[in-house]
Amino acid sequence: MGRRGDLSGEKDDRQDIEEIAGNGLLHRRALLRTGLTAGVLGATLGPHATGAAAEPLSEPPWGLTVGEDTPPYQGPSKFSKNIVRSLANPKFEPRSSLARTPHHMLEGSLTPNGLHFTINHTGIPDIDPAAHRFVIHGLVKRPQVFTLDALLRYPLTSRPAFVECGGNSAPLFSPIPIQDNVQALHGLASCAEWTGVKLSILLDECGIDPRAKWFIAEGADGPHLMRSIPLAKGLDDAMIALYQNGEPLMPGNGFPMRLVLPGYEGNMNVKFLRRIKLVPGPAMSFWESQVYTEPMPPGKSSGGKSYNFNFLNEVKSYITRPSHGHVLKEPGVYEISGIAYSGKGKIAKVMVSADGGRSWAEAALQGPVQTKAFTRFRLPWRWNGGPAILQSRAWDDTGAFQPTRSEFVAARGQLDSEPPVTAFRNHHCNVITSWAVSGRGKVTHAYA
Amino acid sequence: MPMRKMLALFAFAFAGPVLAFPVLADTPHLGKAVSASDVAKWDIDIQADGTFLPPGEGTAAQGAPIYVAKCAACHGDGGRGTEQAKSGKPAPPILVSDAKLKGMDASHTTIANYWPYAPPLFGYIRAAMPWNEPRSLSDHEVYALTAYILAENKLIDPKLVLNAKSLTKVQMPNRNGFLPRFPDLMPH
Repeated sequence: MGRRGDLSGEKDDRQDIEEIAGNGLLHRRALLRTGLTAGVLGATLGPHATGAAAEPLSEPPWGLTVGEDTPPYQGPSKFSKNIVRSLANPKFEPRSSLARTPHHMLEGSLTPNGLHFTINHTGIPDIDPAAHRFVIHGLVKRPQVFTLDALLRYPLTSRPAFVECGGNSAPLFSPIPIQDNVQALHGLASCAEWTGVKLSILLDECGIDPRAKWFIAEGADGPHLMRSIPLAKGLDDAMIALYQNGEPLMPGNGFPMRLVLPGYEGNMNVKFLRRIKLVPGPAMSFWESQVYTEPMPPGKSSGGKSYNFNFLNEVKSYITRPSHGHVLKEPGVYEISGIAYSGKGKIAKVMVSADGGRSWAEAALQGPVQTKAFTRFRLPWRWNGGPAILQSRAWDDTGAFQPTRSEFVAARGQLDSEPPVTAFRNHHCNVITSWAVSGRGKVTHAYA
Repeated sequence: MPMRKMLALFAFAFAGPVLAFPVLADTPHLGKAVSASDVAKWDIDIQADGTFLPPGEGTAAQGAPIYVAKCAACHGDGGRGTEQAKSGKPAPPILVSDAKLKGMDASHTTIANYWPYAPPLFGYIRAAMPWNEPRSLSDHEVYALTAYILAENKLIDPKLVLNAKSLTKVQMPNRNGFLPRFPDLMPH
């Protein structure tokens, strides 16, 4: 894909590949068939499948000279310099700073460390890992303090897990589709392979007092952010993460250690973790009393009450390519690619529509499909040059699935007016995302 | 149960009177024991019902000058918010408001119309504020600022001496305004 967002299709000489859903969706294996089916598809996927005749090849300059020195820690190519996070508080005013992941320029199912989303409420702390201490106390028989060196001697486990801010996708509470890209709409979610110590091991060593029902997790940075977490989650799959995609945690992602609660809203995955206290009840901290709650419109399922303890990020997906801001240069075959995930388990199925939800085709899931992690889905699509509305809809292995726009608004409501795109206020929006493709190939955010 | 763990428990059963607790040989046990006094400076969480509130006290009158000196630059005069906050742009929150809850729009939630408990206000100020100098306030100053914000919101008598006992008794108007989103995941 072009780095300015141009997508080059392939010449439209594959008309004999049968559509399996409306407006040009092809079977998820249509372009992967080999062997037995080669005879059927050979004519269309042969030498002429890549479009106009190539020009004669010449020797490019980079092969005729010595290249750059090899750096000790490599960064991206200078040609990738626009693949960066977007900042919601670039002047570092005295409030939270947010950086969103550029999903529309990435592929695969793990987020590069430098592009992992982050929210820092009082800046990024400068923590000396040798001086950092992590304590477990409260309703335990043997309160203890751990150093990073000590934790590195424990059995470590690695697993992918997405982390998603409860406020990710909040712009979709707007009554009109906010004209911004997948980074602005859904960039407060990322996925990494986390390596660390299972919290259950440490809790077991400290000896849990049976009166403990919750634990408070607290960070070492300025806000000393505290979240109340059911003890059962701590004993299930909670991890004290020390590594992110194989290297020590990024400073903005919790260095030197953070709590990872797979599937639970990002704010609960406390960064710069310094303290866990087992307690009988929740703290109802600022984060639990106001920020990460869900005021509900009258007449909905909550009976006029607001929701709190909104732990889970429920099943969600969005197409990242093509998406808002991309331009399709010419009719032809494109691959639709996107991300799906669920805080409840594994992605079971992703359906894709090119006609605004009238017909659907099942996307291919890139394996291995792992629980509470990003799953990449892909599907070939032949754009005929006319208007199209691209959507994805994911199911998880508990049977939960994404609501349509009308289902979502009926259950949860929508705001009366367009909110600022960077200021998430309402949370846990997992409605289907729609991208409209115009007859000129321009892709924009839409509601359908 | 892993064999090693079984053996360790078996050993404990016979050595019980000697050892204070079972030694489970199969995890490293590399933590160092800490006492409550070791942890005291970090032990700053407050339960919703006021459990763990520290000694100390303060009044709104004592809180007012502290507010002016340390809080007003970000939260506006009298806690009413900066111009940026009032215009709805991202900004430090408005602390004092008589706004009513308005449907689902979370930008209308305030301490007075939304927070179900008062002790977390003390907990948050003590843990996180002032923004540029967290953990710099004494517990007396935190009680005084808490009293100031509650009094400005007309949630307490402005003369009330706020301490662990009186803060616990403050009734917040939206105390019963919430339902847990995932009841099955709540501890029983």
